Amino acid sequence: MQTSVPPPVSQPLSVRRLQLIRVALAPLTVLLFLLLWEALVRWQDYPAFILPRPIDVWHKLLLMLADGTLFRHTTATLIEIVGGLVLGLGLATSLGYVLAKSPLLNQILSPYVVALQSFPIIAVAPLLVIWIKASVLRTVIICALTLFFPALVNTIVGIRSVEPELMALMRSLRASRWQIFTRLEIPAALPVLLAGLKVGTTLSVIGAVIREFVGANQGLGFLINLSRGLLDTSLLFVALFTLVLISLGLYGAVSLLEYRLLAWKRVA
Amino acid sequence: MTPLLSLRHVYKAYGDPNDPLHALNDVSFDVQRGEFVCMVGPSGGGKSTLLRLIAGLLHPSAGDILLDGVPLRQPSSRIGIVFQNINLMPWRTVLDNIALPLELSGVGREQRHRVAQELIHLVALDGFAHHYPHQLSGGMQQRAAIARTLAHDPDLLLLDEPFGALDALTRERLNRELLRIHNMRGQTILMITHNIHEAVYLADRVLVLSARPGVLKCDFSIPLPHPSSEDLLTDASYLQWVRRVRGAIDDTAPADLPGPPQDQT
Ligand SMILES: Nc1ncnc2c1ncn2[C@@H]1O[C@H](COP(=O)(O)OP(=O)(O)O)[C@@H](O)[C@H]1O
Ligand SMILES: [Mg+2]
Repeated sequence: MQTSVPPPVSQPLSVRRLQLIRVALAPLTVLLFLLLWEALVRWQDYPAFILPRPIDVWHKLLLMLADGTLFRHTTATLIEIVGGLVLGLGLATSLGYVLAKSPLLNQILSPYVVALQSFPIIAVAPLLVIWIKASVLRTVIICALTLFFPALVNTIVGIRSVEPELMALMRSLRASRWQIFTRLEIPAALPVLLAGLKVGTTLSVIGAVIREFVGANQGLGFLINLSRGLLDTSLLFVALFTLVLISLGLYGAVSLLEYRLLAWKRVA
Repeated sequence: MTPLLSLRHVYKAYGDPNDPLHALNDVSFDVQRGEFVCMVGPSGGGKSTLLRLIAGLLHPSAGDILLDGVPLRQPSSRIGIVFQNINLMPWRTVLDNIALPLELSGVGREQRHRVAQELIHLVALDGFAHHYPHQLSGGMQQRAAIARTLAHDPDLLLLDEPFGALDALTRERLNRELLRIHNMRGQTILMITHNIHEAVYLADRVLVLSARPGVLKCDFSIPLPHPSSEDLLTDASYLQWVRRVRGAIDDTAPADLPGPPQDQT
């Protein structure tokens, strides 16, 4: 009776080879970029405060790694980004869930949600500077606010996308609220929620950096601002590249999560 | 003997109580244990509503629905429903979809997978346990949905136009399989269909529901042999029954007109 075998989930070879090429190409592109950069500086003879040479930035990076400043500022920004993500997503998904499930609350609140959605949240940053003393908390709140509305809308769309007949099925099987939540609503909303998480991480990074531009004393945004004042362009580049790495890392992590959780979609 | 299912003066209205939409008016009938009952009628007549009432997903505006003489107030594990649209969970394998009812009632992984494998065999989906629904044809998906409904071995199986979206050949094959399952497991079946041939071919009884507000117009006992053989489809008495049921559906006269002589109430 137990004759069924899992179907083979192998990819055609050409796809795999293409992926290999892409992986191999990445360092090459970086190298090419650095060479062009160096060529540009030599050719135009830019002063270091306009465009430093790659080697200058490299030395700056080593220096900052050695004395621990890069680590300190990077962790500060990372904590803010992740804190903002957790807070913002937590609030947005819970409120979104409630709004998606309660037509009454949705009717009362959705005009505000729609109106606030178009409001540039970052404009309240100075207000938070006045109200909240703790700098990290302030940034966490800004990050949370930047990603709040997109995440909220995504949650509502995701939960609403649950098939009514699947809901009826769960009820006919006398599923508890918790079972409906875990076995139906979460998996059904997952694609949309993950898309929201992707946008959310990007927004959280933006939120953290912009917020650190004003009245912060640590973080990569602070370093960027500081380097501008000092005309230390190498420092600026180090901070920028670190930021790019953080963004890519977070995006990659979410993509990986998506890849794992939505594996069923790829089975052909 | 108490009937397995009995409806007593069931009414259902939707929407605003001041301006209600009457979906069902005063519907009463019994279904005996082991019967295969088909319900036909114009669309919008409240057939799906009736099935959802019996499944405990809706509450009647008035009247009682009794299962074994006991009023039904909420979904019962003794009743399983297969919906009009195929509604497997796309993120679950066939095996896990079929095992869902058992999972929800706390049956352990090993046991529910064993039961699910047996059901996969019953609905002839061997080898597809670890496939996802989107890898299956529509007919196979609906078979999986039927298997899922059978998982906790309900006494009463409700089917809402289960094969309506499928092509004629698949439909015929699934009808035969449904009969086979019915004969093997002895489940009582109440099935909605818009195909009169199908109803006469499959059912021991055919109920005709009118256009909205749905009232029960006729209750035909089909005295043809069941399970029916293929030759029956050209049999004169079979065709006569098809004509009679069609006549009852087409007949827009009020429901209280006397039906044909075989009409049973
Ligand atoms: N949830 C609902 N709210 C309001 N009206 C409904 C609802 N469900 C069905 N109806 C109405 O009730 C009537 C009967 O519908 P239904 O039971 O689906 O009929 P059938 O299955 O026979 O086609 C239709 O007019 C339909 O529009
Ligand atoms: Mg219907």
